[in-house]
Amino acid sequence: MEKFTFILNGKSTTVETDADKPLLWVLREDLSLTGTKYGCGMAVCGCCTVHLEGDAIRSCVTPVSRVEGKKVTTIEGLSNDLSHPIQRAWMQIQAPQCGYCQPGQMMSAACLLAQKPQPSDSDIAQAMSGNLCRCGTYQRVRNAIHLASSMLTGKGATDE
Amino acid sequence: MKLSILLIAGCLLSVAALSATQDSTANSSKASKPRDDSASKAAFAEAYKVFMHPRCVNCHPAGDAPLRGEDSRPHTGLRLRRGADGQGVFTLKCTNCHQAKNQEGLHMPPGAPNVLGDGSLDPRTPRWHLPSEKTRMIFQGRTPSQLCRQLQDPDQNGGLKTQQLIHHVTTDPLVLWGWNPGEGRSKPPITHDEFVASVKEWLEKGGSCPK
Repeated sequence: MEKFTFILNGKSTTVETDADKPLLWVLREDLSLTGTKYGCGMAVCGCCTVHLEGDAIRSCVTPVSRVEGKKVTTIEGLSNDLSHPIQRAWMQIQAPQCGYCQPGQMMSAACLLAQKPQPSDSDIAQAMSGNLCRCGTYQRVRNAIHLASSMLTGKGATDE
Repeated sequence: MKLSILLIAGCLLSVAALSATQDSTANSSKASKPRDDSASKAAFAEAYKVFMHPRCVNCHPAGDAPLRGEDSRPHTGLRLRRGADGQGVFTLKCTNCHQAKNQEGLHMPPGAPNVLGDGSLDPRTPRWHLPSEKTRMIFQGRTPSQLCRQLQDPDQNGGLKTQQLIHHVTTDPLVLWGWNPGEGRSKPPITHDEFVASVKEWLEKGGSCPK
């Protein structure tokens, strides 16, 4: 067992655990942040996506030792008052169906908009191709990303 | 405090001296050994077996996306792209899934450690990428003649000189990973030591290329 300290949703956080324990299970079991979901456990489905220094990593395969001293943001930390454009757009569009994959979808979408505030349909298809949804909400997710983009930039969606 | 400054200064001098040594020896080994076209070509033919193995080809694709598996097929359904720096784009950066070591189990993401500025390995930070957009260093589909010339062309190999090329195949964690590929992945047909020896012999005996 080792101690690991990182900035989680803006707060310094220390856990004592095995170095190889996946970040997902540190978040869910040790820190009771259950917004991040377990899907495949092998970095395929995107359910467990969180941000590490702004990158959309798969927490199910990320050893907690990797995040030592770094900034981690989970779905709980996207905003503390549901004011993030992604959250507002998701609610307005009613993007989820069952909702299980949506924390991962939202974290990937937020990562995309941080890098490209006005993504095209092609950008969205590419960036979100690693987030699977068994309910098939892809169209609503795309619409929600365009809406969040317009909230963020004050401009309309761009298509190719 | 003084001791720390002295140690840091000493390290910097060592790095500077090493760099100077590497610069001065770059490409000099070709001249230091007698040219032997036949031996050089034979050595390249041995190394070529490794260059064309899936563990190497999969990250040296002809297209703009990585390959995977023994049949070098496109990387699942993800729309992965090289990106300018070879690290991927948007939400699909290589190190979003690949870690500093192989994950246990079949079909789990393989990984390798990053290299720090002093040349040591960082066991916590992953190194996993394609060659950059500017220096694509394609292996897939290259004939022995094409690959042999490409590897020595500074415009195509990122400006690597002979000793740097040898250093790369000897120490780069991504090259070494080929011989520690994790469960369910085959290794190149010769050992890493044999591969390095072949590359050295090929270059040091003239860097000769097959027709």
